[in-house]
Amino acid sequence: MSVLDDGFGGYLVLALICALAHESWRWLGLVLGQGIDADGAVFRWVRAVSSALVAGLCMRLVLFPSGALIAIALEVRLLALAVGLAAFFFVRQTLAVGIGAGAVALLLLDFATKLLMR
Amino acid sequence: MHIGRPTAVMFLPASPRYDDRAPREAQGEAGKRVQRTPSDKVVPPPWAHGASSQQAFVRGLVVSGTVPGIVLFFTSFGYGTLARELGFGFGHTIFLTVFLYALPAQVILVDQIARGATVYAAGFAVMLTAVRLLPMTVNIVPLLQAEGRSRLWQVLAVHFVAITSWVEGLSRLPPLPAPLRLPHYCGIGIGMVAATMAGTTAGFVVAGALPPLLAAMLLFMTPLYFLCSMLMTSSRPTDRLAILLGCLLGPPLYLLAPDFDLMLTGLIAGSIAFAIGERKR
Repeated sequence: MSVLDDGFGGYLVLALICALAHESWRWLGLVLGQGIDADGAVFRWVRAVSSALVAGLCMRLVLFPSGALIAIALEVRLLALAVGLAAFFFVRQTLAVGIGAGAVALLLLDFATKLLMR
Repeated sequence: MHIGRPTAVMFLPASPRYDDRAPREAQGEAGKRVQRTPSDKVVPPPWAHGASSQQAFVRGLVVSGTVPGIVLFFTSFGYGTLARELGFGFGHTIFLTVFLYALPAQVILVDQIARGATVYAAGFAVMLTAVRLLPMTVNIVPLLQAEGRSRLWQVLAVHFVAITSWVEGLSRLPPLPAPLRLPHYCGIGIGMVAATMAGTTAGFVVAGALPPLLAAMLLFMTPLYFLCSMLMTSSRPTDRLAILLGCLLGPPLYLLAPDFDLMLTGLIAGSIAFAIGERKR
């Protein structure tokens, strides 16, 4: 590992990231939530930025995957993603339905394309 | 199991009162999207009558055995396999599960470090994803007020602000008597942390030994989970536009600048969405 050693130093780095970069937002929310309205323009912008960032991460995980997902054809991945999102919206935004439908679609589409390829 | 409500109801978004949307939007959108049963928000579940804090806590723990907890288990499973494939040790992997307790941040951190990013760059990317937790925390804190209890309990409780337990908290806490809410939410949170730890461990252990197709499916569930849960918790037009633009701009930006793609995507797509959303307000 480039940055992390297995000893105390690696954990210290991770602990600092957890506490300073991540947990501090929850603590700030705890302070602000005691009465102040945190729905100002800055927060709305920040929310939009972080939503777009995670959305970008999602597309990267689907389009440029690492590991076992590489073996699945790009078209299959995209189509399965579309199926999952469609199912999520059709069934009253139910998380389990969206994820389940997407996962099953990935398996079936992969099976179907490999069958056709032969 | 006497959770008290049918499964379909558990996925209802938060009640408008505790929602972060403007009231006008909340009524307009939620009204057409979800049928609410008014009694659902007022009537406490049967177990709450005369329940002690300990009982409320245990009832919270049990929530991790329901559908959202199971979904969380499988997506953490994907994170466990990913972390191992990227060369992380088990100690570091599970450390992040417990102390970050937010899958987007966990995935970004292991991804950035594995790609050789500096600690500062990785920390900055994590920080950007964690900003989303701020408005979520602000939303749930009014429900976690408990007289005569140390503020430390609240500090513990806000650690459990992550999509799954937050959604559960917002739908399950309002009907409860006020003194039971904090212990119930701590129970939900600790149960959900246990579910992600179990999923991470299982994923880490079987990574490499899993049939390739099954491994691919589990890895595929993570982005789908993130997208669906973001869409579920942010029904504002601006946030949804930001998600859409992030999906569209992310891939080309990754090809152009693979080291800074996430930050660029966030800043560019988020700012465009914000500008358009503000003009419509």
